[in-house]
Amino acid sequence: MSIFVDQDTKVVYQGLTGSQGRFHGLRNRDYGTQVVAGTNPKKAGTDVDGIPIYGSVAEAREATGADTSCIFIPAPGVAAAVEEAAEAGIGFIVVITEGVPAHDEARFYNRLRRDFPDTLVLGPNCPGVISPGRCNIGITPGEITLPGGPVGIVSRSGTLTYQALHEMTTKGIGQTTCVGIGGDPVPGVSFIDCLERFEADPETKAVIMIGEIGGSAEEEAAEFIGSKMSKPVVSYIAGVTAPAGKKMGHAGAIVSGSKGTAEAKMEALRSAGAVVAENPTAMAEAMAVVVANL
Amino acid sequence: MDLFEYQGKKFFAAYDIPVSPGEAVETVDHAVAVAEEIGYPVVVKAQVLVGGRGKAGGIKLADDADSVREHAGNILGMDIKGHTVELLWIEKASDIAEEYYASFTLDRSAKLHLGMLSARGGVDIEQVAAEEPDAIARIHVDPVDGLTADAAAAWVDAANLNPAARDGAIDILIKLYRAYVDGDADLVEINPLILTPDGRVHALDAKVTLDVNARYRHDNWDAYEATQVLDPREREAKEKGLNYIGLDGTVGIIGNGAGLVMSTLDVVNQVGGSAANFLDVGGGAGADLLANAIEVVNNDDNVKAILVNIFGGITRGDEVATGIVEAMGRVELRSPIVVRLDGTNAEEGREILAASPNEKLMSEPTMLDAARRAVEIANA
Repeated sequence: MSIFVDQDTKVVYQGLTGSQGRFHGLRNRDYGTQVVAGTNPKKAGTDVDGIPIYGSVAEAREATGADTSCIFIPAPGVAAAVEEAAEAGIGFIVVITEGVPAHDEARFYNRLRRDFPDTLVLGPNCPGVISPGRCNIGITPGEITLPGGPVGIVSRSGTLTYQALHEMTTKGIGQTTCVGIGGDPVPGVSFIDCLERFEADPETKAVIMIGEIGGSAEEEAAEFIGSKMSKPVVSYIAGVTAPAGKKMGHAGAIVSGSKGTAEAKMEALRSAGAVVAENPTAMAEAMAVVVANL
Repeated sequence: MDLFEYQGKKFFAAYDIPVSPGEAVETVDHAVAVAEEIGYPVVVKAQVLVGGRGKAGGIKLADDADSVREHAGNILGMDIKGHTVELLWIEKASDIAEEYYASFTLDRSAKLHLGMLSARGGVDIEQVAAEEPDAIARIHVDPVDGLTADAAAAWVDAANLNPAARDGAIDILIKLYRAYVDGDADLVEINPLILTPDGRVHALDAKVTLDVNARYRHDNWDAYEATQVLDPREREAKEKGLNYIGLDGTVGIIGNGAGLVMSTLDVVNQVGGSAANFLDVGGGAGADLLANAIEVVNNDDNVKAILVNIFGGITRGDEVATGIVEAMGRVELRSPIVVRLDGTNAEEGREILAASPNEKLMSEPTMLDAARRAVEIANA
């Protein structure tokens, strides 16, 4: 099994007609994802390499039965696109776009929490989700993954997610699902949302969790790991050498005062029983040991 | 983006939050002229983006032109925690009956806005939070509803301010929330928010951090950007559209994605080196941006080796390689470049690099190997 998405997931791409949307949408289709539709109010009735374009998500859902959306449109339009997808009855919305204003994120997150409590938003500013061999939604390079499990991966950083997939695949260790939750201040799907599902997924036997400086999501995840998880967790936190007060690229990655440091996060994870590695390679080696002993 | 106090006060004034009349000045003569115009006593305040100005002697009260001249002369050019004072804010001095604290920021755990209000203002709020957590009244605001008048009133009552400040505080807090949301701020903070002996409430200081992701919908941010204090390397990088932070080591680092670049800094450190910078070319970087990145890092005198660590997703390896080749043709490389390339179109990228052999260009298969190689060169 996999979490969030599988071979039956039908995806509509909001922004399929743009250059990034087209490139990655077609790559996702080549991977085997059911890319059933795109939307663009100005190009309804046309198609992108055979994929039909509709004027709205509601029309696309009506015509194709899409249950998931992937958003590639520029940052200023993301809030409206997320709400449109939720209103159209989409249950899982993946937002790849980076640079979305924090106030927009806070507003649509809370709008959905209130009006569409069962709808999940992954991202913004994330690589998406891939269940190797079944479905790839977003920008993760499918060729670096290995189907079959037993490892589930969740990460705040896109490129470190690829790093982890690559290291696992190189060691011959497969993955069930890999989720990039994104580095923004108000991510939709949280570490805990993913850990909960990996814990419940019979195919996932161990989990890699990659965090970074800033916020307290890793500490909250550590509490969950310590109290609710039976499966082993190997983790890595990026940003040990990042100076305080400097925003390290991600809007959410900043050490302010004594809060959000890598040390505090690593300590919380260690106390919760997770294995904490000092770099991505060491993380992969630690996971190889865990998998060998399963 | 952090604003100076004088910018923060103008930002507040645009949302009708009462602030003291004043003006920003760069010279002693101008300081005196402004003081004469607004009337004594005035406060002479150093404009630097760092806390603790008062303790450092950067804030002085002046009763006449001579004392303005003396204080302005002393404070201009003063060093406050590594920041040189180049600008002063001269404002009408206020009579203070009581000092409070007020702020809005995002509570990332609750995913709601968080307002904090305290009757213990004028001091370090983190200290108050640690010593007397009950002295801070907190309110969570759902961004969909906004801050209602009733909620603001209940919040002010919970903070136990002087009853004389109640109405003025409610009014200011509602305006402050509007400034925070409509102004796209990550943080708005007033410390101190004061009550005057004649019962008025107003902002005596202004701390504002703006969300640069909202830059596209605020044309008036040009003025704020123009005054950002950046080191020369950061200024050059910003002009080239790069996400760059200057550090003081010897390995120049270029990567894609904040997490991978942070991790590269960590790994360089673990193998005995030190990073000269953080440089994230972001998602989908093209050849031109990569070439610019190499140029910026190459211009840093401290850099002894350049480490390019790319794991392509939305970024394509062929574009990265083309950018590296382009940079080698455009600039005189002062240090060797160690490249690690994986992910989307990495194979095509490696072929492009192999087709342009250069003695200063080397490839390594893994992040750890590339870091070791770069550190070895930098430390040689």
